[in-house]
Amino acid sequence: MNISEYKGVFVFAQQVDNKLSGIALELIGKGKDLAKDLETEVTAVLVGSGVKNLTDRLAAYGADKIILIDDPELKEYRTEPYAHALSSVIEKYKPEIFLVGATAIGRDLAPRVCARVHTGLTADCTQLDIGDFPLNPIPGKEQLHNQLLMTRPAFGGNTIATIACPQFRPQMATVRPGVMQKAPKNEGATAVIEEFNPGFTPDGKYVEILEVVKSVVDAVDIMDAKILVSGGRGVGGEENFKLLNELAEVLGATVSCSRAVVDAGWKAKDLQVGQTGKTVRPNVYFAVGISGAIQHLAGMEESDLIIAINKDETAPIFDVADYGIVGDLNKILPSLTDKLRAEMAANS
Amino acid sequence: MKIVVCIKQVPDTKGGVKFNPDGTLDRGAMLTIMNPDDKAGLEAALRLKDQYGAEVTVLTMGLPKAEEVLREAMAMGADRGVLVTDRVLGGADTWATSQTLAGAIRNLEYDLIITGRQAIDGDTAQVGPQISEHLGIPVISYAQKIQIENDSVIVERQYDDRYHVLKAKMPCLITALAELNDARYMTPGGILDAYNKEITVWGRADLIDVADSDLGLKGSPTQIAKASDKVRKGAGEKVTLDPVESVDYIIDKLKVKHVI
Repeated sequence: MNISEYKGVFVFAQQVDNKLSGIALELIGKGKDLAKDLETEVTAVLVGSGVKNLTDRLAAYGADKIILIDDPELKEYRTEPYAHALSSVIEKYKPEIFLVGATAIGRDLAPRVCARVHTGLTADCTQLDIGDFPLNPIPGKEQLHNQLLMTRPAFGGNTIATIACPQFRPQMATVRPGVMQKAPKNEGATAVIEEFNPGFTPDGKYVEILEVVKSVVDAVDIMDAKILVSGGRGVGGEENFKLLNELAEVLGATVSCSRAVVDAGWKAKDLQVGQTGKTVRPNVYFAVGISGAIQHLAGMEESDLIIAINKDETAPIFDVADYGIVGDLNKILPSLTDKLRAEMAANS
Repeated sequence: MKIVVCIKQVPDTKGGVKFNPDGTLDRGAMLTIMNPDDKAGLEAALRLKDQYGAEVTVLTMGLPKAEEVLREAMAMGADRGVLVTDRVLGGADTWATSQTLAGAIRNLEYDLIITGRQAIDGDTAQVGPQISEHLGIPVISYAQKIQIENDSVIVERQYDDRYHVLKAKMPCLITALAELNDARYMTPGGILDAYNKEITVWGRADLIDVADSDLGLKGSPTQIAKASDKVRKGAGEKVTLDPVESVDYIIDKLKVKHVI
């Protein structure tokens, strides 16, 4: 493998039902940062059937180039044709970095692709940087520059590891949704579009889709929720959870709770966060009327952003909260909900 | 029908985590369990055995101590246990691990390979799909229901907002979710049998069609630059404001953090 032949930052622009997934734009946003450090470009790889209309949006969010692979075999996600699409792109265009979302699709697709092209893959990254490997010079070992340094949690969040892939290309990572920022939208921006079709011939590795069953307003598992509005004993009663439900509805969030709430019989066990409940890592965790026992903290402190509202200024929840508000939830929540509703309406 | 189930002995992450000086895990120093997703995969295989009749082989790669997890699987009802253990396999990333397991599986007859979706130590979910690629067979990840129909499997494959009902010709690899089922317990008779049965132990020489350059730490494309205990996040800002100011404060922070 001649590593110097590999150039450019590529991202998989995931779409489902011909709608771009949020992670596609997040990866372009992060890809731009990396490409700037490497003085190269970001290429979005768009795979699907009848998806050309999505290229404008990819360009508006910062893609310099788009490789479009459009074929009827690619209508619904299936591992084999999508893996063939991406590995063919890698063989032809030789990117130095290839990012894929750590979604239920990406976590199936990326390992299949990296096994096909023989490179490394780092899962569920929460931070990506360009830097040296080894991080510090080691006598007798060459220090390589401009490497992709991929940082990820492991062991249930007990540890953080930074991984490099120095001898193989592309350097591949799946990236946790909701962590990287989209670039600002630039409506007039254009990208170079290149159509590419490596040919899709069904063989024994193509599985058959018998049925697609979309879930209809199925309650979101609190472990999958991007935003959680979580209530504790301080909420005061089952009835008063309506304040949390209303806030959650405006934010597209899910309601969860502490153990005290389950013990009191206000909420079901499957909504419980903590050591004896579920471990959650949403993008935003609202802790409302939760004091923050260590067992509760163990189940939520990995959340990206923690906002706590509690009357008791000595509550331990404030030790892990990014933003803590000492105050009465009964006064704050209703007007927060109203104001957010107005904000969201103005933005849509 | 012949089913191979790949299982892993993992550190119980509720205990502490210990490292070797090179940043890799010191697996010998931690309490261990059978990885939960793998246990669901094993249970799925045992149910297929109950329903259709099957020979179930459990396969693991690890330290000699990983034999324990094979005994547990056999006490639950697996017919045969294979341990792949060799110094040269240590420090493997998912590429080298999947090459090792594929090399071992090439010794076995199989219609179906079942792995857990992911292990609770690495959380990568990569090894199952990678094995399938090395063996050139289809993969169905995130299985929430598995049925057999003649020479095919019918699987419900979970996505974020939907599931697909997929049909694949066997041989095929399936990765199982812990939610797939509740695993059975070991039976006293099963435990007795399991400890009387031989465990097959394979080393490097038993792996078929795998290059040395694809094994162990040296065969791993990914390398650890740094590993550390998670630094506990400290307290952020704490404010005491009147309700109106509190609301503005929260909305401002949600904007700064691009939540709204």
